[in-house]
Amino acid sequence: MELLLQQLFNGLTIGSVYSLVALGLTLVYGILHIPNFAHGALYMVGGYITLMMMTNAGLHYVLAIVVSIIVVGLLSVLMERLVFHPLRDSPPIQDKVAAIGILLFLEALAQLLWGADYRQMPTPFGEVVNVFGLTLTLQRIIIVAAAIAVMIFLYWFLKKTFIGSTIIAMAQNREGAALVGINTNKVAILTFFIAGALAAIGASLTSPINLVFPGMGHLVILKAFVIIIIGGMGSIPGAILGGYILGFTESIGATYISSDYKDIIAFVLLIIILSAKPQGIFSKGGA
Amino acid sequence: MMKLLNKRNIILILILLAVVFPFINQNQYYLHILTLAFIWTIAVYGLNLLAGFTGYLSLAHGGFFAIGAYGLGLLTVKGGLGFWLSFLLAPLITMAIGLVIGLFALRTKEHFFAIYTLCVGYIIYLVIDKWESLTEGVRGLIGIPAPEPIGPITFTTPIAQYYLTLVIFLLVVLIIYRIVHSLTGRTFIAIRNSEELALSLGISTKKNKLLSFVLSTFFAGLAGAMYAGFIRFIGPEIAYTTITFDLLTYMIVGGIGTLAGPIVGTFLILILSQNLQFLQDYRMLIFGPLLTLLIIFSPRGIVGFILLHYSNWKTKKRMTIPKDQVKEG
Repeated sequence: MELLLQQLFNGLTIGSVYSLVALGLTLVYGILHIPNFAHGALYMVGGYITLMMMTNAGLHYVLAIVVSIIVVGLLSVLMERLVFHPLRDSPPIQDKVAAIGILLFLEALAQLLWGADYRQMPTPFGEVVNVFGLTLTLQRIIIVAAAIAVMIFLYWFLKKTFIGSTIIAMAQNREGAALVGINTNKVAILTFFIAGALAAIGASLTSPINLVFPGMGHLVILKAFVIIIIGGMGSIPGAILGGYILGFTESIGATYISSDYKDIIAFVLLIIILSAKPQGIFSKGGA
Repeated sequence: MMKLLNKRNIILILILLAVVFPFINQNQYYLHILTLAFIWTIAVYGLNLLAGFTGYLSLAHGGFFAIGAYGLGLLTVKGGLGFWLSFLLAPLITMAIGLVIGLFALRTKEHFFAIYTLCVGYIIYLVIDKWESLTEGVRGLIGIPAPEPIGPITFTTPIAQYYLTLVIFLLVVLIIYRIVHSLTGRTFIAIRNSEELALSLGISTKKNKLLSFVLSTFFAGLAGAMYAGFIRFIGPEIAYTTITFDLLTYMIVGGIGTLAGPIVGTFLILILSQNLQFLQDYRMLIFGPLLTLLIIFSPRGIVGFILLHYSNWKTKKRMTIPKDQVKEG
């Protein structure tokens, strides 16, 4: 029973990070219909910026995350302006290839700047606490708490503020949004900034319990794709729910089935879902 | 002069160059690189058939390449079969697996297809990496035999292997040429241009997409088997997404959906990266942005760019000739 509870909490931790990354991906997909393969690279850069700010600039963990959010957010905007904006009217295959090009570039750049080795990120929240008989590190509690706070904030921003609802409007109908006077370019820039920021938060939160390396985004981005397909491409509650479903499935699968194959679970799940329902479950009537 | 430089003569000159290359060049290393380039080009042709001509971007291609390589490796090392029998079986096994995957994968479209195949590729990698009792996992598969002699011809020297690869390569190019210019090839292109339109013309898109997918996995498997027989050591990293993205880069840089594209892209990048040895680990610093820039400014790669300007130049010439005649007359 205790093992199960422990694993459920692990699932909650992993799921929180997955949800954050998937949210960024689903927002971008929602407004521009681009599967942004470079999102994993943003995640990786986010991890590195936080790490560098802490080790080289000596900033506090929280401050380092703020810097990382701004840098990655701007990088994401730059990507939209330089690459996806010029490609907005081209066939879908070209967006994908362009995104892969960016991904390859950023990974090589990270390797050049920061080396290929695995690095550990220190955290000021290293102590172990006991909650209801479970031994948890404070960092894990912070991951869950911060992720949920960010999600609630995002939800509030999208639903209750004027700027936020322009994003929703554009996701619902691009032409319609333009017709009522929404500047679609500004919304696209904003969305890419948010997506980059979410990737940076996700990476910075999880790095102290995982490691930072150039290929750290590979698996996460693939899983984020799985999540947004499960949750419906473009759906925000779907991304959050999907993230937690995958987090729980993985941590329980790793304990009770095989930890060697835990990474395969997500992909098998996706293959089964897409084989049965090619448009994904919860899809909002076609992609 | 222009008469001499027509398409057929250029092809003949290139083939001749490839044939005499081992006599001009004494450097074993270049021979090795060139042999590898031929093998990669075959895999790129497979990808191009599906992504370039049928319009379905598969990101599992590295995985199928690895299935071909491991097929040959396992059949010879663990199965104890002869080289040529294994060499025949490996692409067929890849095709069979491709058929099963294609049946499901092709129910999806566009982004879903790309993501689906990316996941398939990752599963193939994980299975090869983790199934140690079969594939030896990260240690890799060692001791794959070289091709057995056929009659008096042996394949032990690098030159003999170069010619063997060249022959298979030329055969593949011929087959691809025939496929693309056949009714089937036209059907693929029709599907790429508009699936709904193709369907309304009475084309069975399902059957043809599956055919294209299976053919593409065949060439990936063939290239993989050739790679295993040439390098004679394989590890799970050949199934990783890096290989898929490399193949994709070769195809896009050369020219997606063109016949010469895979050759131009693969050879250009391989030769460039050989000359930029210091870049080995960082080659994507150049090729990553190149990929993105090409797709923005010349979506059909280098070959597409040349073809476009060549035809522009030709129409211009045709347009100017009557004008001159009018003046003279």
